[in-house]
Amino acid sequence: MAKITYIEHNGTEHVVEVANGMTVMEGARDNSIPGIEADCGGACACSTCHVYVHPDWVDRLPGKDSMEEDMLDFAYEPDTQRSRLTCQLKVTDALDGLVVQLPEKQI
Amino acid sequence: MTHFVVVGAGQAGASLVARLRAKGFEGRITLVGDEDAPPYQRPPLSKGYLLGEISRERLFLRPERFYGEQKIDLLTGRKVTAIDTSVRSLTLAGPDGAEESLSYDALALTTGSRPRHLPAAIGGALKGVHVVRTLADVDAMAPEFAEGRRALIVGGGYIGLEAAAVACKLGVAVTVVEMGERILQRVAAPETSERFRQLHAAHGVDLREGVGLERLTEGEADAGDGRGDGRVHAAQLTDGSTLEVDFVIVGVGILPETELAEAAGLAVEDGIRVDALGRSSAPDVWAAGDCANFPLGEGRLRLESVQNAIDQAEAVADNMMGAETPYVPRPWFWSDQYDAKLQIAGLNTGYDRVVVRAAPEAAEDLSAPVSYWYFRGDTLLAVDAINDPRSYMVGKRLIEAGRSPEPAQVARHDLPVKELLG
Ligand SMILES: Cc1cc2nc3c(=O)[nH]c(=O)nc-3n(C[C@H](O)[C@H](O)[C@H](O)COP(=O)(O)OP(=O)(O)OC[C@H]3O[C@@H](n4cnc5c(N)ncnc54)[C@H](O)[C@@H]3O)c2cc1C
Ligand code: FES
Repeated sequence: MAKITYIEHNGTEHVVEVANGMTVMEGARDNSIPGIEADCGGACACSTCHVYVHPDWVDRLPGKDSMEEDMLDFAYEPDTQRSRLTCQLKVTDALDGLVVQLPEKQI
Repeated sequence: MTHFVVVGAGQAGASLVARLRAKGFEGRITLVGDEDAPPYQRPPLSKGYLLGEISRERLFLRPERFYGEQKIDLLTGRKVTAIDTSVRSLTLAGPDGAEESLSYDALALTTGSRPRHLPAAIGGALKGVHVVRTLADVDAMAPEFAEGRRALIVGGGYIGLEAAAVACKLGVAVTVVEMGERILQRVAAPETSERFRQLHAAHGVDLREGVGLERLTEGEADAGDGRGDGRVHAAQLTDGSTLEVDFVIVGVGILPETELAEAAGLAVEDGIRVDALGRSSAPDVWAAGDCANFPLGEGRLRLESVQNAIDQAEAVADNMMGAETPYVPRPWFWSDQYDAKLQIAGLNTGYDRVVVRAAPEAAEDLSAPVSYWYFRGDTLLAVDAINDPRSYMVGKRLIEAGRSPEPAQVARHDLPVKELLG
């Protein structure tokens, strides 16, 4: 279980508990947090689940595989350090306290 | 209060109702679906869910409580059996068979499509013969996927090939028959077919192209009186061979679900005929998703994809609220087979040449990135990218912008694909 803070582009914060084994994308979807569209449902095929991870968390997350890296390169205003696809981030206890910021728009 | 009713609680129906609320529609919304589950994603049905990697709840497009929170009346397990467009009302059948009527101010049909079945006369109704469309279909077939069993997959389209890949991973011996000249014939170029042919062969699938199914036959009942046991036992193929099988997956295409619309007198033509805004031929009746046939350029089109279900449903929601925005698709699609991820941007209809972009090692290494670029003359129409998200994204951007790269540049694998964006 991890407590995750999603901050919408307009500053609205959502703090929710997400179960281990789910993805950070599913945590947003299941709590109706706007701003993560996840059109492909987590197949790493759409890049509409893009977020900016809080700087403190960049090095604490598991690395990106090349598929995620390549898809992110074409997301809306990606940041080489902070951008992640939330459907590729599996929730574990280690993610407790994670803070992510949602982009202005998805693609 | 204005009442919008949406029939068909799938990908398009769920997107439509969510969009109405997101755009500030304050009237009453009812979403009716004949399946038991709340709206869910179908793509994992032939991928991760079939493989047992994803639980049922994770397929739901929205948590169940979303509908309550958004004041959307979600009626599941209820089939709409008739529409009377003259008085704006429809008939619902409940699980107990009781009928109920519901009136609407505007109605959207998002009834999706249904799989073609094999005729019962050639064994299509035997036990152990499955289609892949709903959660219930997949729950029914999942126990068949056990190590050491033998599966026949009829039809080498995306769904059949995805099912073949899952079966293989689970230790099932798989034969695929494709009546057409090649797998993926209807949807992809020979180059893409060839890549997937190699991939399935490398995983030990017995792939037979240009071979159809003659009939399925049942086993003998224990009584020994010559009567059948009602369960598929063997398949006779058009090449004269016979195959013993434990179960069969039928993936021979889908038909738009138009029965309800047709009975209500709506114009139907390979799907419910709608205009660019998504309006059917009946007043205040709209349609979106797999079931809708819409105008594009000079012609008409019906798409079977998540992209289309979401985007067309959102356009229709906006238009039901008066936006008058024509729907222009920006098609994309994907398919996962083994460790290969195919991503498709655009529509290849009418292509006259395919440009291959691949590093030399791709000939041996099936996991290497490769992409196929479809052109008509100098115009880029579509890109099939396998394990090559960069080519997919670049192709998608170019197509959406109506730009076409120089084919000779596309083929140059030593040039970073991003440079094609100029
Ligand atoms: C196994 C599988 C894998 C797929 N993989 C991919 C993929 O990888 N990528 C991709 O882009 N697309 C994929 N697709 C296609 C995609 O899932 C569909 O295009 C999409 O679901 C269409 O959405 P829809 O809302 O139009 O129809 P559906 O999702 O089919 O929803 C229609 C709903 O309406 C209900 N309904 C119909 N008639 C009535 C009635 N009279 N009363 C009440 N309810 C009714 C149906 O039961 C159904 O629940 C796949 C489809 C399948 C089956
Ligand atoms: S949900 Fe589509 S890439 Fe993450």
